[in-house]
Amino acid sequence: MTRLFQSLQSLALATGMAFLAIPLLASAEVPRPDIPEANARYSEAQGCVEPTEEMRKNHMEYILHQRDETMRRGVRTKQYSLEECINCHVPKPESGKVVRSDSKEHFCSSCHSYAAVKIDCFSCHRDTPMPDADTTMHRLGSGKAHHFTGTEAELTADALRAVTEEGLQ
Amino acid sequence: MSEHVDTSRRRFLGGTAGAAAGISIAPGVFLNQVAQAKPADQPVSSDNRWGMLIDTNKCGDGCDACVRGCMEENGWGDIHNSEPHSSPEQKAQWIRIVELRDTSTGYAHQLPLMCQHCKHPPCVDVCPTGASMKRADGIVLVDKHICIGCRYCMMACPYKARSFIHEDLQDQLVVAPRGKGTVESCTLCVHRVDKDGADAVPACAEACAAEGHDAFVFGDMNDPNSEISRQLALHGGTQIRADLGLDLGVRYRGI
Ligand code: SF4
Ligand code: SF4
Repeated sequence: MTRLFQSLQSLALATGMAFLAIPLLASAEVPRPDIPEANARYSEAQGCVEPTEEMRKNHMEYILHQRDETMRRGVRTKQYSLEECINCHVPKPESGKVVRSDSKEHFCSSCHSYAAVKIDCFSCHRDTPMPDADTTMHRLGSGKAHHFTGTEAELTADALRAVTEEGLQ
Repeated sequence: MSEHVDTSRRRFLGGTAGAAAGISIAPGVFLNQVAQAKPADQPVSSDNRWGMLIDTNKCGDGCDACVRGCMEENGWGDIHNSEPHSSPEQKAQWIRIVELRDTSTGYAHQLPLMCQHCKHPPCVDVCPTGASMKRADGIVLVDKHICIGCRYCMMACPYKARSFIHEDLQDQLVVAPRGKGTVESCTLCVHRVDKDGADAVPACAEACAAEGHDAFVFGDMNDPNSEISRQLALHGGTQIRADLGLDLGVRYRGI
């Protein structure tokens, strides 16, 4: 049996199958990130403000765009604001448990530490929700609650259109 | 680069969707309405120029309510234990009380001094990265995303209005991101202005009013009907170091 295994192994090495074995070993050693669940949803149908796949790949583009729009032009829509990312994805600093960006339990850091990409946001931005923060998104288990709970001035043009189409004025 | 600023005269009614300056009751007939806050998805515009008028005669003796109001709102200063490792000279100071004494008569009084939101800001002129910027509506800010912390702007500012952050910070307030290696100064409570427009009350003004002094008037200096414009038209106002020709957004009375 042992001999059979050895010969199989040398066969694998000889045919280059070892290259397949290495990533398998690596994934056993570096656990996939444990991504904390958000505490709200964008809508009944959709988790995040764009489909999850899109957000995983391109969240930085949305944040960068929003950053310049807000900073330079005073546009303060909520959909892609970093404040809302944090409100939705990081637990409130209550019950004594404060999850900061240097912890792997922090939503952003859970992935960024895995991918070894440094985040610079939190040297200036707060990494936890404000104690009185509430998200404009859909609280999990909130039943019929609609996520457009901002005042009219806080709604984006798109959101307004959506609300009107749904007849929810 | 700072945002392109439309310096041409104000566009005629209805130029932008966000203007909402009047209600149409019949074609061509409008009911004038108090200026509304801009919707969140609209950019700021050079139709407005936000400013402040401060009557130093109304300042209470030794009162620093405005300074504390600013600290509370924007998360700097002792009450937040911000920058515990920095010396008093190093610590951020968005607004300060300056005491003036006439040496010949001994007459002394005080004034609050913060970023004057210059129309021609030297801090913006010298910034090598474009981080120091003036918005279309006249509010001067530091875009900390691209500030390299060189502090040229601090040297260029005639009013000593800017501070540099020397140490790591935590628990900043959402409305006022601030951090090590960047420069900061009074934002005219830009988050309040963006939310409430002409009805906004900056935190210093709010704290002053709560103390019963009412020394601050905030408003749109481009709108001839705003309280600030009417008071300036009626009584005038002083610009500190007017000789520099910077056309300040903060005006004083009583100095
Ligand atoms: S007062 Fe100083 S910081 Fe403010 S706009 Fe003028 S030069 Fe810039
Ligand atoms: S310190 Fe920052 S804002 Fe000031 S001049 Fe340098 S880069 Fe510009």
